Amino acid sequence: MLEHYLSLLMKTIFVENMALAFFLGMCTFLAVSKKVDTSIGLGVAVIVVQTITVPVNNLIYQYLLKEDALIWLGIEGTDLTFIGLICYIGVIAAMVQILEMVLDRYVPALYNALGIFLPLITVNCAILGGSLFMVERDYNFAESVVFGFGSGAGWALAIAALAGIREKMKYADVPVGLRGLGLTFMITGLMAMAFMAFSGIQL
Amino acid sequence: MKALRNLLDKLHPHFAKGGKLEKLYPLFEAADSFAYTPGEVTDGAPHVRDAIDLKRVMITVVIALIPCFFMAMWNTGFQANSVLQASGGSVEGWRGALLALLGFSADPNSFVDNLLLGAAWFVPIYLVTNIVGGLWEALFSIVRGHEINEGFLVTGSLFPLICPPTLPLWQVALGISFGVVVGKEIFGGTGKNFLNPALTGRAFLFFAYPAQLSGGNSVWIAADGASGATALGRAAEGGVQAVAGMYSWFDAFVGTIPGSMGETSTLACLFGATILVLTGIGSWRIMLSCLLGALSLSALFLLVDSSTNPMFALGPHWHLVLGGFAFGLVFMTTDPVSGAMTEEGQWLYGLLIGAMCILIRVVNPAYPEGIMLAILFGNVFAPLIDQLVLKYHIKRRLRHVEG
Repeated sequence: MLEHYLSLLMKTIFVENMALAFFLGMCTFLAVSKKVDTSIGLGVAVIVVQTITVPVNNLIYQYLLKEDALIWLGIEGTDLTFIGLICYIGVIAAMVQILEMVLDRYVPALYNALGIFLPLITVNCAILGGSLFMVERDYNFAESVVFGFGSGAGWALAIAALAGIREKMKYADVPVGLRGLGLTFMITGLMAMAFMAFSGIQL
Repeated sequence: MKALRNLLDKLHPHFAKGGKLEKLYPLFEAADSFAYTPGEVTDGAPHVRDAIDLKRVMITVVIALIPCFFMAMWNTGFQANSVLQASGGSVEGWRGALLALLGFSADPNSFVDNLLLGAAWFVPIYLVTNIVGGLWEALFSIVRGHEINEGFLVTGSLFPLICPPTLPLWQVALGISFGVVVGKEIFGGTGKNFLNPALTGRAFLFFAYPAQLSGGNSVWIAADGASGATALGRAAEGGVQAVAGMYSWFDAFVGTIPGSMGETSTLACLFGATILVLTGIGSWRIMLSCLLGALSLSALFLLVDSSTNPMFALGPHWHLVLGGFAFGLVFMTTDPVSGAMTEEGQWLYGLLIGAMCILIRVVNPAYPEGIMLAILFGNVFAPLIDQLVLKYHIKRRLRHVEG
């Protein structure tokens, strides 16, 4: 049993890396990767949000939305999956709001560094993607906790590595037309090529 | 020699600022510094007095590669001739005509025959690599106004050595173009890239044209219709027995097994490693930690053992001599540009690559060989590792100051 969760964790961090295998959450991935410190902060924020929202959405899906999910209330024949998207986004938005207030109160430096990108986590496709993958793959509650943490950690790892490379790129002599976002796209592609090392691993 | 110096001096005004051929200065500069020690010295503030410069660093790596070049040619010929002798075939195409013209046959026991046939496969790939790659290098230097860099000599030597002998030449050209342009020049040239350019090109080909890079196992031996899996391919199929039944450990160590041209001989890489470590150009920390990472993880897999995956049983001593591990460890991980630069970072970086290589070989059924992607993976994380090590140092020293 433990082995199953461990391999799920490895799979979500490396094999199915949210940023470099699915290219989800690209807007923040490209925009907030200029400095290692900030990107690690954002990475941690994504891990926290992901680890909470995916399991919460899992509960909502299991006990409210799924076909015949309301059977514990004695109601049969319901299927509320069509309001899934709205519910998941609602949960994510609420979570991010709480996280923002907590950071503002206790870690103001990180709060200022993340700036507009913290509220933007709400519409970070990696976060919503995590919840949708959870539904699609029909994870149970424990699996959704592992999956939420793993997918967040994989994304955080990728953005930290990208920030490391971009800090090194400060000393590079990049052709004018490629400076900034253009080069970051190329770097992301090359990183994804290195992450191909994991594709094909069956866990 | 004097005449050449005089000629270069006479041509200099044409290429210098304001001259007619000003735009082509990088070409002139390349020819000059290829033949003579460059006259420029550092003009920035930290000025280290040392006889070593970029040119000398790069040429030392090329010298360290000579045993590998030699084994690449000899072994390519030996593998092909062995197969031809067994099947009774003969060398086909222009290579056969060339050998016949020179009066050589295809005898696997003849040293010269092997070397010549191997050269007939290796030299075209080497030439295409250097001409095409060199053109890109020259084009970027002229347009962007930086010098043509000796670093390309190393990339141009490494790339052909990690190609299978039967690789079509247009793919060689495509691969080296990707490696030089996307792997290096878009970042500003030598010293600015974060991935090893030769490996970038090789990995690009590997994913774009799998049929010519590993497909059907028919690419490793340069004889028509010959199918010879690499030793690692055999191990992935049938475990350690399948390898040991075919080659002895000593064969694999010397390098008389099929594979990419320059990678088979651990012995030749060992010569290279000695030169690199003695001259201080390759980091012994990276080499040692990479070795440790690979040894410990493969020993762990050997202890765990798996009934379903035969690769678990392939011991550490086999992992060292099979495939490109030795070549990658000596010449690719130690690339001073794409590798980690801090001392502690180098230990981490080496361990990461060694462990990743074994992990891919054993756990990932899609690729029997793992060193190429393991090094690229290490390259991706090297800057982050360096950053974290630096931050740790700064924090530790601040404590001394503030305390």
